[in-house]
Formats: sequence, C-alpha cells, structure tokens
Amino acid sequence: MSAYTGTGRLIRLALRRDRVQLPIWIAGSVLLLAAGAAAVADEFPDEAGRITALKGAGTSPAVLLMRGTPVGADLGALVNFRNFAFMMVLAGLMSTFAIVRHTRQNEENGRAEMLGAGSVGRFAGLTAALVVVSGANLLLGAALTGTLLGADLPADGALAFGAATAATGLAFAGLAAVAAQLFQSARGANAFAATAVGVAYLIRGIGDALGERAPDGIQVTSAWPSWVSPIGWGTQARPFGEEVWWVLALPLALLAACVAGAFALVDRRDFGAGLIPDRPGPAVAARSLLSPLGLAWRLNRGATFGWLIGSALFGLGIGTLGKAVNEAMTGNPGVTKMLDQLAGTGVADLADTFYAAMMNVYGVLAAGFVVQALLRLRSEEAGGQVEAVLATAVGRIRWVTAHLACAVIGATALLVLAGAGMGVADVAVGGVTGVGPLIGAGLAQLPAALTLAGFVVLVFGLLPRLTVPLAWAGLVASIVCGLLGEVFGLPEAVRDLSPFSHVPPIPAAEVTAGPLAALVIVAAALTTAGLALFRRRNLAV
Amino acid sequence: MTDAISVSGLVKTFGTTHALNGLDLTVGTGEVHGFLGPNGAGKTTTIRVLLGLLRADAGQVRLLGGDPWRDAVALHKRLAYVPGDVSLWPNLTGGESIDLFGDLRGGLDKARRAELLERFQLDPTKRCRTYSKGNRQKVALVAAFASDVELYVLDEPTSGLDPLMEAAFQQTVREVSTRGATVLLSSHIFSEVEALCSGVSIIRDGVTVESGTLAQLRHLTRTSLTVEATEPVTGLAGLPGVHDLVADGTRARFDVDSAQLPGVLRHLADFDVQALTSHPPTLEELFMRHYGDATMIGAGR
Repeated sequence: MSAYTGTGRLIRLALRRDRVQLPIWIAGSVLLLAAGAAAVADEFPDEAGRITALKGAGTSPAVLLMRGTPVGADLGALVNFRNFAFMMVLAGLMSTFAIVRHTRQNEENGRAEMLGAGSVGRFAGLTAALVVVSGANLLLGAALTGTLLGADLPADGALAFGAATAATGLAFAGLAAVAAQLFQSARGANAFAATAVGVAYLIRGIGDALGERAPDGIQVTSAWPSWVSPIGWGTQARPFGEEVWWVLALPLALLAACVAGAFALVDRRDFGAGLIPDRPGPAVAARSLLSPLGLAWRLNRGATFGWLIGSALFGLGIGTLGKAVNEAMTGNPGVTKMLDQLAGTGVADLADTFYAAMMNVYGVLAAGFVVQALLRLRSEEAGGQVEAVLATAVGRIRWVTAHLACAVIGATALLVLAGAGMGVADVAVGGVTGVGPLIGAGLAQLPAALTLAGFVVLVFGLLPRLTVPLAWAGLVASIVCGLLGEVFGLPEAVRDLSPFSHVPPIPAAEVTAGPLAALVIVAAALTTAGLALFRRRNLAV
Repeated sequence: MTDAISVSGLVKTFGTTHALNGLDLTVGTGEVHGFLGPNGAGKTTTIRVLLGLLRADAGQVRLLGGDPWRDAVALHKRLAYVPGDVSLWPNLTGGESIDLFGDLRGGLDKARRAELLERFQLDPTKRCRTYSKGNRQKVALVAAFASDVELYVLDEPTSGLDPLMEAAFQQTVREVSTRGATVLLSSHIFSEVEALCSGVSIIRDGVTVESGTLAQLRHLTRTSLTVEATEPVTGLAGLPGVHDLVADGTRARFDVDSAQLPGVLRHLADFDVQALTSHPPTLEELFMRHYGDATMIGAGR
C-alpha cells in the first residue's frame, strides 16, 4: 500500500468520465487549425502577398497583441502568426478544466471521499488527473503536428507547433493542480486557472506589441513581458521560423515545479480543506442579504470584484500603450491608410483603432463574465438550493431576474471600469482620446454581452440539464464566428450569427445605434422566451 | 373546515419513468399526518408537486385551498418546508441562512429562533460548508419552525439527527400542532410517526396503499400475544383469527387479528393463566406487510 495505490483505477475512471469531453476539445482544436491553415493557403498563395500582409496589418501593435509575433513569410509562418497563440489558449483551458474536474471538483462534491475510503492512496487522485491530462496534451500536440503535415507544411515547424502547444498545455495543467489545492471550491480553482491562461495570453500580447521589428520589416523580437508568460514561451519556439527548441524546457520546468508544489500541499492539508481556514461569521443576516437580489449579489460578490479589479488594471495597462502605438505608426502611411479602411472612417488617430481592437477583447470578457454569473442559475438548481428558495414566497421570475440583474450590472461596471482605466492612463501619458469616449466605447460592447445573457436564460429555460455546455459553446461559437471568423475563413453569413460581429469599432468609428439597438432587442426577446419556458417547466434537480 | 392538503389521482411521469400513478392523500387541517413509503415510492415527488416545483400530469391537487402550481407564491407565505437533503450556500453562515429563508417566506419570530437554536444546539456563526448533514438539517428545521405558518411540509426531516435531537424535533412538532398548525411528515422512522401522527398514508410505487388514522390502521393488523398457564393452553389453533401459533409446553405464542381479540381473550379465561403479554401492532409491522408484499410480488414477477 503506497500513497499512489489505486492510481491506475482512477485513471480508467477519469478516462471513462472524459470519453466525450476531451476528444471534443482535441478534435475541435484540430478542426480549427485545419480550417485556419486552409484559409491561409487560400488567401495568400504567393509569398509577395504574404509579405505585403505582414508588413501592413502585421505591423500594428494591436494585431501583434492579439496574435503574436510574425516569424517569417512562409506559408507555415503565417499559419503560426494567425493560429498559434489561440491554439495554446485552447490547450491551456482544456488542461485546467480537466485537472480541476478530477481533483477539487471530486473532493468538493464528496466523490473523492467515497474513493478515498476505498483502497486509494493520498496521491492517487492528483496523479491520475495529471496522467490523464498529460496524455491529452501529448495527443493534442501529435494531432496538431499531423494536421500541419497534412497541410504540406515543413516537418520541423509542424513538430515545434505541436510540441509547444502540448508543453504550454502541460504548464497550465501544473498551475491548475496547485490552484485545485489552494481553493476550496472547484469554481474558485477553475476561475483562477482559467484567468491565469487569459493573463498569460495578454502579458505575452503586451510583450509582443512592444517588440522590436527586424530590418526585414517582418520578423519581430518580443519585449521582456513575453518571457514571463507560458504562452509567450510557446511563441518563442518560433515554429516555421528558425525554431528555438530549448525554450520548451521553460513550460516543462514550470510543470515540474507546480507538480512538486501540489503534491507537497496534498501531503499537508486536510481532506476537503483549502489553505485558508474558516473563521466564524455573523450569527444573524444583514438586512441587505434578505431578498433574492441580496442573495444573488452575495453569491456573485467575490467573483465580480475580482473581475472588476482585473478589468480596471488591464485597462490602465492598455491606456498607457495608446500614444506609443500612435507615434510608432504615424510614420507608416500604408498602415494608416489600411487601418482607416478597416475602421471604416477617416479617423487619423491610430490609438483609437488600437483601443477599438482592445475593446473587442473586453466585449468577450464581459460576455464571459455574464455567462459564468448566469450559470449560477443552473448550479443552484442542480445543487438543490433553489428548491428551498422557491418553496418560500419567492416566484421563479423574481429569482431569475435577481441573478440577471447581478450579471448585467456587473458587466456594465466591468466595461465602464475598462474604459475609465484606458482613458485615465491615456490622458496621463498625453494621449488625445480621453476618458469619456473610451467609457462610451466600453458600453458599446454591452449589447453583445446582453445577447449572450439572453441566450443563457433561453437554454436554462429550455434544456436545463444542458445549460452549462450549451452556454459555454454559445460563447465560444460567438468568439470563433465573430472575432476569429476572418482568421478561419468563415463565410459572412456565419460570421453575422455572432453578436460580436455587430459591435461597431468605437472609438475608431462613429457610434451606429442601429446594430446595437437590434442586439438589445434580440437579447430581450431571448430573455423573455427563456423566462416563459422556465416558468412552465419542472424543476430539474 | 376544508382539508389542508387534498390530492386525488395524482400522476407524474419523467420520460418513461412513472413516479406517481394515481396517488391520493388527504390531510385534515390541524392534523399531523405521517407519509410513509420505501425509497423511490414517490414521497419526495409528491411533496415537490405540492410545492409547485413540479407540475402534475393528471389528478387534482389542492393545498390550503389553492392550486400549488398557479398560486405558488401566495401559498408559500403560509407554509414552511424542510427538504430531505438540505443544500445550503457554502459561504453563508447557518444564522444567515435561517434569516434568509425566514425572510423570503415573510418573516420569522426572533425569540422563537433563539429558542430553537438553543434547543437544537446549533452554532449559527459557522459557514454552511463546515456543517455536517445533521447540522444542515437543523438549519432548515430552525428556519421552518421559527416561522409562524399554517402548514409544515417536512421531507424526512430527522434522517441526520441523533436521538437527543430527535426528541427536540418531536417536542417542536407537538408545539406547532398544539397551536393548530398542520404537519405533513414524510418519514422512515416508525417510532417518530407513531409518536407524533394521528393520520398516516402509506404509499408504494406511486400509489396510496393504506390511509387512515393510526387507530383505524391498527384495526387491520394483528396483536402478538404470549401466554403462560399452569397447564398447556389447548384449542387455540381452532379459533378464528389466530396465526403462527407456537406451543411450547405450558407456554404459547401467537398472533391474533385485532378484530378477533375479544374471542381469544374469552377462550383464555378458562385457563389458569399465570402471565400474559401483548404487543400492539407497530407501524413497522404494518409497513413491512406492504413492503413485504411488494418484494414478494416483485420476486414472483
């Protein structure tokens, strides 16, 4: 009997539970990359076209921030530029969710207690989770390499692409393993680990946006921030450029350190506990708690403050870059002309285009916030709490509306703080955009988030047991169709299905009320339909 | 006076599963009514229909004179519910949860709350995630009984409580019953139902198989007798209503249909009886007869 007894059986259990989920992540990533590679080959068959594209849009810091650094003008190099960072984000999210699912989530809902009472060692659960997730990452890396080879791209680059994606996924698996020990709830661990993926992506983005361009006008050397991000390490492997293999040791070293830390924590803490012990709380409820809205706010409070602080800080960071972007680009008339065309107006200030691109990121964040806040409806229903609440004199509509209000107010605050953060920093470094327009730009993203809120309420009313997967699928589909539709070469009709496709690029463009009003109407219709369905259906415990 | 709960022919299906197949349940106002049945018989489903959480597929359901689905919010102001599996919010304290449930129902009695916390020995400052099943149950019990309502719906409310707390629970039910409140008590614990309830309904596979006052139900059952005399007691086997006779010299043990008890006692009077013990039929025997039938029928199928 060792601390690892039973690991094999737990691995089989985890594989059985994940037999649909992990294959979907891997197959989905492969399909996206295949589509992305095909789109590149289709759009830019000759090198001259690729060089023009990379010297044009490829030189904008906003594009570098979103995509990474160009490593050359080959077909493969362009596939890297357009798809690589996003693939690493997918690998990171797949890994973090899977690790938390098989560690803290088991512990939180009591499954691990049943297992732990059997012939199962103390380390078996964590070991099994790490083995399964490592396997998934290796499979993902191999599948991506195969996809690129299938697209007739060079073997070295294809291998570096797959290996770096897998290594990045593994680094986040390590971070999630530590988070699962620190946080008492699976929600908390998932939120922390997924935020780590997002932060890593953005830190890399900042490093890449501030990078230095090589004399060939194409390749970019990242600034130091890219080197403190696991996703940055991945991009530094430069697949289809001059591959740098040693950097792959960095994510693997992070994995090793995190795994050692996670095992040390498992060995020291009590079952079911986090690191911070519980203190006694109030014996009577404050007046403010005593309503459906008060309860919903209390349940969402911690997460909301976390999102708001992050949003404001990131906004401040973006705001400091605007002026530099403007100055760096003004000397390049080709770029100015192209970005003006992109924005659809004759604005001269490139910082505004940059801010508009960043606001799209905030639109996604606000939508993500709304989705996770509204999924509490389902977790309260499945967890049984709602049964006791609806057995009191609280009607169903009132209960949903309370959660909806928390989600919408939180998203509004998030976007206002983002705009305010950008604006304050922009003014502080001597930019000309100003606070007011940037807050307006933030609020212009709200209707898209509201539309996704309506979508979540609809699926909650219609298919309660599928609410969680459908809600996230809706968000991912909106991102893929809306913001990445061009990268993956999707037809316009498909792209228009995403609410993000209808948000004007403010502050670079004029406010157009039509599409925003249409989004609000769609959101209201979806919400009303969802509420009506929920009122008619059985509680699905 | 109308009945607090009146259900007839209630049907509820989930996909292909028939949870309730024409269930009947009547609880008079002011009655403490036991609701018995094996796991999966449909007790919780019935209660969820009564609370308007599930919609009846067929049948009549009236609760406090209203329709539990349509009038849910208005009716819920007049009742308190303790679920069988109490789920609370991990980061709220027990005290906060009690106040929340009480307030959402329309307010609770502060003095009564303090008294019940004392009686159930519950620490209201602890976060709900640290509570055991029994303590979560206490939170729901205090929240329910601190509200002055007409009807208490209790779904196996004592399944996690120890015997001391069980006594506290029985005391509390008697108090609200004395006040005139109606109680529907779904339970597995026969002594609890026998101690508290005046009426009982037994359900199996989604239908009511027995219903009435405890006295009526006992009438349908057998009393166990053990008799010791100076000479062997003869002639018992031929008497109507005597079952499972075991004669052991001067001692005899047997069961008698409760209705035939007077005839058996007259017969015994002719003997020089030294000792006579009788066990009244327990609810458990009553229940086992129905549950036992179910397993027998099940085995026969």
